Amino acid sequence: MIGELGQILLIIALVAAVVQAWGGLVARPQPRLVTVAAVWQALGILGAIVLLGVAFVNNDFSLSYVAQNSHRTLPLIYRIAAVWGGHEGSMLLWLAALSVWSLFALRGLRRHDLSYAARTLGMLGVVGASVGAFVLFTSNPFARLLPAAEEGMSLNPMLQDPGMAMHPPLLYLGYVGTAVPFAMTLAALWGGAPAGWTRWVRPYTAVALALLSFGIALGSWWAYYVLGWGGWWFWDPVENASLMPWLALAALLHVQIARDQHGRFPYWTATLSVGAFVLALLGTFLVRSGVLTSVHAFASDPRRGSVMLALIAAALFGSLALVAKNGERLRSERQSRAPALLSRDTALAVNNLLLVAACGCVLLGTLYPLIMDALQLGKLSVGPPYFDAVMTPVLLPVLFLLMPAIWINWSRDRGSDLLCRLRPTLIAVLIGVFVLPFVLAHVYGQVYPLVVIALLGAVGVIVSTLHWAWRRLRSGGLGAAGTGMVIAHLGVAAFVVGVAMVKGYGLEHDVHMQPGGTHQLGGCSLVFDRMGEREGPNYTAQTGHFTLTCGDGAARPLVTEKRNYVNFGMPMTESAIDWGLTRDIYVALGSPDEPADAGAWSVRVQYKPFVRWIWIGVVLMALGALSAAAAARFRRTVPHADRQAAVPSSTSVEIQA
Amino acid sequence: MSKVMTPRRKRLILLLLAGALLVAAGLFVKQAFRSNLVFFVTPGELATDGAARSKELLRVGGLVQPGSVHRAADGGLEVRFTLADATSAVPVVYRGVLPDLFVEGKGAIAQGKLDDSGTLIATEVLAKHDENYMPPKVQEALKGGQPMQKAAQ
Repeated sequence: MIGELGQILLIIALVAAVVQAWGGLVARPQPRLVTVAAVWQALGILGAIVLLGVAFVNNDFSLSYVAQNSHRTLPLIYRIAAVWGGHEGSMLLWLAALSVWSLFALRGLRRHDLSYAARTLGMLGVVGASVGAFVLFTSNPFARLLPAAEEGMSLNPMLQDPGMAMHPPLLYLGYVGTAVPFAMTLAALWGGAPAGWTRWVRPYTAVALALLSFGIALGSWWAYYVLGWGGWWFWDPVENASLMPWLALAALLHVQIARDQHGRFPYWTATLSVGAFVLALLGTFLVRSGVLTSVHAFASDPRRGSVMLALIAAALFGSLALVAKNGERLRSERQSRAPALLSRDTALAVNNLLLVAACGCVLLGTLYPLIMDALQLGKLSVGPPYFDAVMTPVLLPVLFLLMPAIWINWSRDRGSDLLCRLRPTLIAVLIGVFVLPFVLAHVYGQVYPLVVIALLGAVGVIVSTLHWAWRRLRSGGLGAAGTGMVIAHLGVAAFVVGVAMVKGYGLEHDVHMQPGGTHQLGGCSLVFDRMGEREGPNYTAQTGHFTLTCGDGAARPLVTEKRNYVNFGMPMTESAIDWGLTRDIYVALGSPDEPADAGAWSVRVQYKPFVRWIWIGVVLMALGALSAAAAARFRRTVPHADRQAAVPSSTSVEIQA
Repeated sequence: MSKVMTPRRKRLILLLLAGALLVAAGLFVKQAFRSNLVFFVTPGELATDGAARSKELLRVGGLVQPGSVHRAADGGLEVRFTLADATSAVPVVYRGVLPDLFVEGKGAIAQGKLDDSGTLIATEVLAKHDENYMPPKVQEALKGGQPMQKAAQ
């Protein structure tokens, strides 16, 4: 019953998407029709998701997808999370995210301009119809299993974790959020757009970036404590797939300021909008087509890969064709003079150049092995050292650019004035040059130049940003956008501190421990007390009991587990972490000695200085983007006119997002 | 900035700067890229041209031969095992904690360099997340053997 109902809902959603596309893209857009269609599409998709959830809760193993991803012993929360635990369900989630974004875009844009809202929704309808057809015909989550299975195959134990339950929805909302700037750009190309559209698009970009950041942070955090390796980023192609749209969105968010307020970079902004969406599609393709084998991609079907590639090509070439045909519609309404070399405009251009270069490097390292393989030129992989080597010199300049960038005036500025504004920052960095190496040498015994440079950058950004915030507060307040910028840039600094410290001073010891044995690490002493056992709802675990004693003398118990889940022949490691703001101690069981009764185990023990700052930084960036999106200015309907005469004052500067 | 700079010249300078940056970045990326490519080979391929590849960083994928896994007797972390495909086998030495999914008879990948005796000194051992995972190339190499076991419905 549920299967048939789900099919019908999916078909309704598909038809609604087609109607929505038609109604929005005809010569005279039909706002009312589009609205009705968008609502029906959302009802269909969300209804289908709820039905699939009900099927999981009721252990309806007559659905092939449920049988493959659930089990009677699976706890309720994970049975619900299993809705997006496999390919079909996550594509349905993708569609649901699109529906949600479509409704928000409709709600936000119809207040400004009905026919532009309809055209945007028309473009979103094209996306919805394409992906909807993909789900219905190649990845149907409601496909029947006849006869029904007695018992399901259960959810991959890797995914049985609270962090994992939230990771896909956030990530997909972020991914799919790129569809809104994409659709708004194409809608402008398709039938023209009112002057204000470059402003209305900004909150969508910001929210998409925020959600994508939350999603990535959660995934990274999950990998840290579940995968049993103690790493926070592996340069796995699947991770790269989410990083690329993130970088593109980050670049887009910044360049949209110049586009909106000064009419700069109209074509580049459009290109980046298309690029971010295509990268998000590419990410979906990489993760879901089966070209990669990883925790994210289970069974795969080559048909899906080719259909998805066709979708990507259609998005890319369709947009290019539109730009070629109607490119002049992107031109900004205001023709201002070219900016001087020393100007906010240049700083933003360099910011974009670097972020896109970073994105390109990730793309190269991710796709090259796939292309070589597809052309039968040999199988190879690009190791993490490549990404480390390339990203450091590309992203460090971004960090240092951030110090002056917020102080530079639009259009033109004077170097001497700028230096004057930057004085506190420069003093702080100068003090850092002399103090930091000594502090590091004193605390950690070693000084690495690269760590010092990164930390100097972080210090500079913190001081520069706080100084800016203080000046703004004294002269009338920060506003939501300013607050967002301050929070996000402080997040960047926190992130850099975390990465630099972990890379520089992290310790990873693989050791062999007998019960009663002791290992010294990072000023702490770890004692292996004993092994035990524990029964979970759908697993049995061997527990390793450790005691950690650090400088303050307090003994902290740490319990790490080796779990054997129902239906999965392989054990899973549950790490134990003693966490702190300045360091984590990470313990994970390896494997028992042969013969097992000897009681000795190999154990991973790691010292991770400032590792929490990485996720704190990303979360701050996300919160900053959310705050910027909340700026009331974006919701005001009256476009531009009031600011035509706005000339940047010498203290600065009207924005940030 | 000098006063004779016309907007046109400024734009030219900007473009040149961006171009120079791009070229420098491109060269650097190429260098980093070349030195970090890791080639994936099967034990069978190593048997034919192993000597020529003794300096390269390699990823060898195969099945962990049942009964071949030996841990060091002195209680150290050294592990020896053999990765095999349908035609040949490569001995591997690794120091460290093996991944959870590393099991005899299943697929695994070892990354490292060959020593003079043809043993792979591995710096990294990977076993993929999915229990039914087999490196595609291993799958090719094993063709004609047992069909891959599909998990029960």
